[in-house]
Amino acid sequence: MNLAKFIVKRLLFTVMLLIGVATSVFILSKMVPGDGVSSYLSPRSLANEQIVEAFKVKWGLDKPLIVQYVYYMKNLLQGNLGQSIRTGNQVVSDLVKNYPATIELASMSILLATFFGVLFGIVSATKRNSLIDQSLRAVSVTGVSVPSFWLAILVLYVFYYKLGWAPGTGRMSLGIQAPRHITGLYVVDGFITGNYEAMLDSLSHLILPSIVLASFTMGLITRTTRASLLETLSTDYIRTAKAKGLPKAPLMYRHAMGNAAIPVLTVIGVGFGNLLGGMVLVETIFAWPGIGQLAFQSVKSLDFPSIIGVSLLIAANYAVINIFIDVMYGVIDPRVRYDR
Amino acid sequence: MKKFMKMYRTNLFFAVGTTICMTWILIAIFANFLAPYDPLLQNMAEKLKPPSGQHWFGTDRLGRDILSRVIVGSRLSISAGLITVTVAATIGSIYGGIAGYVGGVTDNIMMRFAEMVLAFPALILAMVIGVVLGPSLYNTLLALVIVAWPTYARVMRSVVISIKENDYVESSRALGASNFRILSNEILPNTIGAVIILATLDIGNQILFFSTLSFLGLGSPPPNPEWGAMVSDGMDNFLQWWICTFPGLAILSIAIGANFIGDGIRDLLDPKLRKEF
Repeated sequence: MNLAKFIVKRLLFTVMLLIGVATSVFILSKMVPGDGVSSYLSPRSLANEQIVEAFKVKWGLDKPLIVQYVYYMKNLLQGNLGQSIRTGNQVVSDLVKNYPATIELASMSILLATFFGVLFGIVSATKRNSLIDQSLRAVSVTGVSVPSFWLAILVLYVFYYKLGWAPGTGRMSLGIQAPRHITGLYVVDGFITGNYEAMLDSLSHLILPSIVLASFTMGLITRTTRASLLETLSTDYIRTAKAKGLPKAPLMYRHAMGNAAIPVLTVIGVGFGNLLGGMVLVETIFAWPGIGQLAFQSVKSLDFPSIIGVSLLIAANYAVINIFIDVMYGVIDPRVRYDR
Repeated sequence: MKKFMKMYRTNLFFAVGTTICMTWILIAIFANFLAPYDPLLQNMAEKLKPPSGQHWFGTDRLGRDILSRVIVGSRLSISAGLITVTVAATIGSIYGGIAGYVGGVTDNIMMRFAEMVLAFPALILAMVIGVVLGPSLYNTLLALVIVAWPTYARVMRSVVISIKENDYVESSRALGASNFRILSNEILPNTIGAVIILATLDIGNQILFFSTLSFLGLGSPPPNPEWGAMVSDGMDNFLQWWICTFPGLAILSIAIGANFIGDGIRDLLDPKLRKEF
């Protein structure tokens, strides 16, 4: 099977997956006591049976569940995510508004995590069982074990409140205008429009939350890089290259790294997917106006149209990243064939 | 057991992890004797006091002793982690085992369902379940299990599929063994290793996830000491650093311990990896 066919097949599967996610949110929303009417209407209106009835008729809640489901799916398939109950905006416009903030933070975090994770992993593998290997291993386990919400509060306390080295919460300092909207990524927009003040300010706001978010992914990348490199180094072709007297540096960089890269790439991809969807707590603590914060607020007020929107966006992110990783396998390792 | 003792001697990280976790388990068992104060006792005269000789970890905004609350809170966190992993591993393994053993259309439908749950963002799913069902310890555990089981199902399925084609399973079938007998005598003993590795690696994650939900206010109702909820108190009293620091350190230490043990057991049970580490 060729690449295009492979991608089409995976995209079709993704659509099925998204339908499944949408269905499960529908089922969950029907488990809320009283059809969820109570989260739409005021207590006074709730006491009036006529109003409740009229409301149910208006939104089709008086119809059988299966009819409701068909309506719901028909709207979703037409790309109509509906209106958020909490904000009153179209769900799509809320998503579009919040997404760039999340992309910016997630990209910064994955850059940090990849740089340090791969570096630590290579050092660990080359200096295997040395003191530095042991300490880096301890660092990576700490990275995957630390509760992010706690680390977030702690770094805010130390670096913002006590030392004053980093700015506080939010994307920009008060009094500094956000750069003109082009991509929605403030650092990039600031650079393009030549608004360097805004660029540096938003960059400094990225530092603390991205360090907090990077800790977990960095731990995973370090461990994977180390294990994968060690496995490659123990293979026959590396031993042959060593026996032929190849110096250590080209041996590592030209021969071992390429083959060790596939598991590392997978972890980086999965990590990026996690970051794009799993920043609920850190975004909330840092008052970062992204998808995570939107998710938190939507769930808290049981704003189901918005919950569906956020869930679909995150699930789609995962799926697209996974397809991308699978395609990259073939680029890195020509032996990989897409004929599963 | 002999292997275990040898690992304890030779694998530094495993030894550290075991020591940390055993200490926490002992603390949880003897919590009532160890806690210097009643964890629920409010003393407004002593509120928001920094760590001192009387209150080693300080006091919170209701004047409760944080050390006592951290000690007693260990019970909830540890049991939540163990219960979630046990229940999720059992349900997931049975589910994945059936899917893998039966195969065909059944397998296809069952695994698509599991993947659907996996595709759902875990924290959002757990939060929605928690909010819909109302905050209680039982509902939080239910949410954790619902999010956790598909991973076990996937691993179990792939292991069962690779085992069921083996000759010894075929010969057992040829001898007229029933499906149940093949599953319990031939397949189960060979799959248990993979599930144990996954489960030990997962305990730390589940304790972290439980504390995350309790940080969000989805856990047992307020007066009970719960580490995640205590960190959340600390966020409300941002300037009193000790309120959030100590329960957070407790979560961190037990998660590190569990991860060290999980790594060690993986090295022990997975011979391919054993020589690498």
